[in-house]
Amino acid sequence: MQSIRRTYQLGILAAVMLATGCMMFARPPKDLDYSRTRLSAAGAYRATIRPQGDTIPQGKLHRWVLHLEAPNGTPIDGCQITVDGGMPQHGHGLPTKPKVTRDLGNGDHLVDGMKFNMGGWWVVKFRIATATGSDSVVFNLKL
Amino acid sequence: MSPRPNGFARALRRFRDSAAFAILVSSIAGVIGTTAVSVAAAHGAQLPRPRWSADERTMLKSLSLTSLQPLAPDPSNRFGDDPRAAALGRELFFDTRLSGNGKVSCATCHVPAQDLQDGTPLAHGVGTTARRTMPIAGTAHNSWFFWDGRTDSQWAQALGPLESAVEHGGTRAQYAHVIAKHYRGEYEDVFGALPSLVQVPRNAGPVADNAARGAWQRLPSTQRDEISRVYANIGKAIAAFERRIELAPSRFDRYVDTELAGRPHDSTDVLSSNEEAGLRLFIGKANCVNCHNGPLFTDNHFHNTGVPKSKLELPVDSGRALGVRQAVAGEFNCASRYSDAKPDDCEELTFAVTEGDELVRAYKTPSLRSVAARAPYMHAGQFASLNEVLSHYNRAPAAPFGKSELRPLHLSPTELSQLAAFLQLLTTPIATPKGWLEQPSTHVNGDKGHVNNY
Ligand code: HEC
Ligand code: HEC
Ligand SMILES: [Cu+2]
Repeated sequence: MQSIRRTYQLGILAAVMLATGCMMFARPPKDLDYSRTRLSAAGAYRATIRPQGDTIPQGKLHRWVLHLEAPNGTPIDGCQITVDGGMPQHGHGLPTKPKVTRDLGNGDHLVDGMKFNMGGWWVVKFRIATATGSDSVVFNLKL
Repeated sequence: MSPRPNGFARALRRFRDSAAFAILVSSIAGVIGTTAVSVAAAHGAQLPRPRWSADERTMLKSLSLTSLQPLAPDPSNRFGDDPRAAALGRELFFDTRLSGNGKVSCATCHVPAQDLQDGTPLAHGVGTTARRTMPIAGTAHNSWFFWDGRTDSQWAQALGPLESAVEHGGTRAQYAHVIAKHYRGEYEDVFGALPSLVQVPRNAGPVADNAARGAWQRLPSTQRDEISRVYANIGKAIAAFERRIELAPSRFDRYVDTELAGRPHDSTDVLSSNEEAGLRLFIGKANCVNCHNGPLFTDNHFHNTGVPKSKLELPVDSGRALGVRQAVAGEFNCASRYSDAKPDDCEELTFAVTEGDELVRAYKTPSLRSVAARAPYMHAGQFASLNEVLSHYNRAPAAPFGKSELRPLHLSPTELSQLAAFLQLLTTPIATPKGWLEQPSTHVNGDKGHVNNY
């Protein structure tokens, strides 16, 4: 049920992205994956982002919840997470320095200080370090 | 059968056979025919391409003043929406006694008749500033103040010029004395009892002047704190005054609102084809909305746009790189003891980017509201006209140092003139309580009579 709803939401998101895709001068690459659930680079984690209020606002500080679990579904808590990102086509980073400010338990981590100051293609990258090693995961966003 | 219809029918038959009938029929058919053709032609011209696509309409709406959120309270200034504080702030804004030479007030550079700026590259107070005066209307919606964002609230901003040697050129001890002598009642109504200033020298503060700085350092720290609190409250009162200086719809806003409501345009909100083309460029291939976005045409952030150094010899200006450090260290910032905010309220400060190459020579994206009426342009008035600004964007030259985010636009001269035509539409009236920007008459003779003209 949960996953059906998520697929549905992703479908809507993809449709919205297609609709707004022609807005900016420089178009992002066509085959970008805008999923809100992605596997980390080395496959150590499955990460899901849940922006506060679901739609990502422009020009406003807001929060995300980052959910982390092992590929077998075990939630991952107690790790070091750093946040980074920017606009690849504009060559600049995020306008703020977001931080993970709280472990909410059950694999959920509060990401505070997110902000996107213009429309277009953004990437947000989380570096996740635990006792067993580190891995990173990148999300694409279209504003 | 009565003879009349027969006679009528006969007459009709005669008429039908006549040449006159033939002419009448053909001319009616002709009228109907051309009308049908012209209706079809009109539809043919309008139907295939509506003026703005759905995405463009979303973009237009985001730029309209109707998208501006109501001004949120400033958690760092609990007097920000207190009308008594605002009335006091209004008097302070115009009061030249708050200066080292008795001649400078905020209004010296932020001239009410000139969109609260001064139309000159560098401002003149007690001395000459290193940057251009910024307009004030609508700035209460901002998160950072000054070209480099070195303060994070409007009240902390106001305290900068007051102790700057080239602007007001006075000290906080002097200003506390001015409050005690001329504004005691109004001040104490809002902020509570003033501290005793009997032991406090006329001039003392952490300023460039050696004597005043020495006097400040000799004061006991509790007394310094009391004076700094009065000083902070001066800023809070001025901010309360500035918060009431808002914006009213421009021709651009009226155009968008009418367009989106699907109403026909009239002479007050119609765009010429040049203006419309300029708007299309602004939100399209000229990329202006990347940075000049939202109802105030600013992303509230800092960018290196390769603006040349000022023609005048000035100290090296690294923009945001230094500004953010000053904001974080700021004596009066959101996290300071003089702020009314809880630590959680200071998010802009907490999550500010404090280092990196992108900050070097980056300046705050200025609002473009009323831009056409306030040449010269950029942080030190480097460009004399909008044409110079647009030709800069078109060429996107390398920055004097740091790295410019711009790329050349390759727009034609016609396109540049269309952009310029569009910028004229943003001339935005100021909205304030009645008489708000008139010089208060309460201290014209240096002494406070009692006139209430607001
Ligand atoms: C000598 C001229 C001068 C005086 C006097 C002066 N200002 Fe300014 N103002 C400026 C200049 C120049 C800047 C930009 C300075 C910078 O970025 O370094 C500025 C910036 C500002 C800003 C920032 C707007 C923004 O968008 O960030 C505000 C608000 C402001 N001044 C209000 C005031 C107030 C209130 C006073 C009186 C307490 C005052 N100013 C006195 C010249 C002046
Ligand atoms: C990368 C972000 C960015 C883009 C894109 C951008 N601007 Fe700017 N704009 C700025 C910044 C930052 C400043 C102030 C720079 C300075 O003073 O050094 C500025 C200043 C201006 C000014 C001067 C305003 C004033 O008060 O001095 C005008 C006019 C202007 N921009 C118009 C435009 C137009 C038109 C476009 C599109 C062709 C555009 N801008 C694109 C960031 C941008
Ligand atoms: Cu960008």
